[in-house]
Amino acid sequence: MSDAAAAGPAARRRVVADSLGVGVATGAYGVSFGALGTTSGLDVLQTCVLSLLAFTGASQFAFIGVVAAGGAPVTGAVTSVLLGSRNLFYGLSIASVLRLRGVRRALGAHLVIDESTAVALAQRDPALGRLGFWWTGTSVFVLWNLSTLLGALAGTAIGDPRAYGLDAAVGAAFLGLLWPRLDGPLPRLVALCGAAVAAGLVPVTPAGLPIIGGGAVAVAVGLLVGARR
Amino acid sequence: MGIVLTCVGCYVLKVAGLSVPDRVLEHATTQRAVSLIPVGLLGALVAVQVLADGPRLAVDARLAGLGVAAVLLALRVPFLPMVVAAALTAALLRL
Repeated sequence: MSDAAAAGPAARRRVVADSLGVGVATGAYGVSFGALGTTSGLDVLQTCVLSLLAFTGASQFAFIGVVAAGGAPVTGAVTSVLLGSRNLFYGLSIASVLRLRGVRRALGAHLVIDESTAVALAQRDPALGRLGFWWTGTSVFVLWNLSTLLGALAGTAIGDPRAYGLDAAVGAAFLGLLWPRLDGPLPRLVALCGAAVAAGLVPVTPAGLPIIGGGAVAVAVGLLVGARR
Repeated sequence: MGIVLTCVGCYVLKVAGLSVPDRVLEHATTQRAVSLIPVGLLGALVAVQVLADGPRLAVDARLAGLGVAAVLLALRVPFLPMVVAAALTAALLRL
């Protein structure tokens, strides 16, 4: 398929429309992140800084989850960066499509997230892949940050977050992020293992550590079981 | 401090992915570990968020909220309404 034929105006419009759709849908979660951030004890500025500069949803939710559970901020950061490690591999898989250098690489790197990678890799033509990456990354970035601010302001207006069930909302948000990854017996086993070990560690270790411990044991079990197949 | 670490760490990972030569991370075990890390951590995060009450384990309205979330996810309800329904469930049970 030649570049010119594949990247015609119709194909380009379709990619831009898909990208904006993903941007709107993903951006909307930002409201829940913002609200949960300020009800977890962060202020509006801290919550918005996470969305602006960390800009990777699951990691941001992990940070506020650990901090809300009483964990040290550094423990939150470690959990969050571990979850962000998948972006390293996203970058690897789309580097050859994007072919970025210098300032454009520095800017583009910030937009390497689940959604932009998925849209870029879904295109057969690299030119459309680049188009999808930039449109998805930029639209998610703009909407995610606007909605974080809205949610953060709404969160500060709420009294006791438990009265609104917001502590349950955080658990539901994690489950929602986990769900699409449970596409086989191995990931299901790993997720259950992580949950069981983490719950078992809660009474015996400081806050925050059960998450890292559960995650580590689960990945080790997953590698052992996976290697035997 | 934790926020700065999070922001810097997450960005460094993204830049590294675009900059590192493919060979370094081609190893099959590394690839598998990286696909499993989010699954293991998210499983742990769900459990701690729903069951931990300080240093104790507690079964309360949060677990009911999670049950509702799981049913809605199985029915392919989108993220935001699913989260709101889980929160409402817990809030109503606490009235």
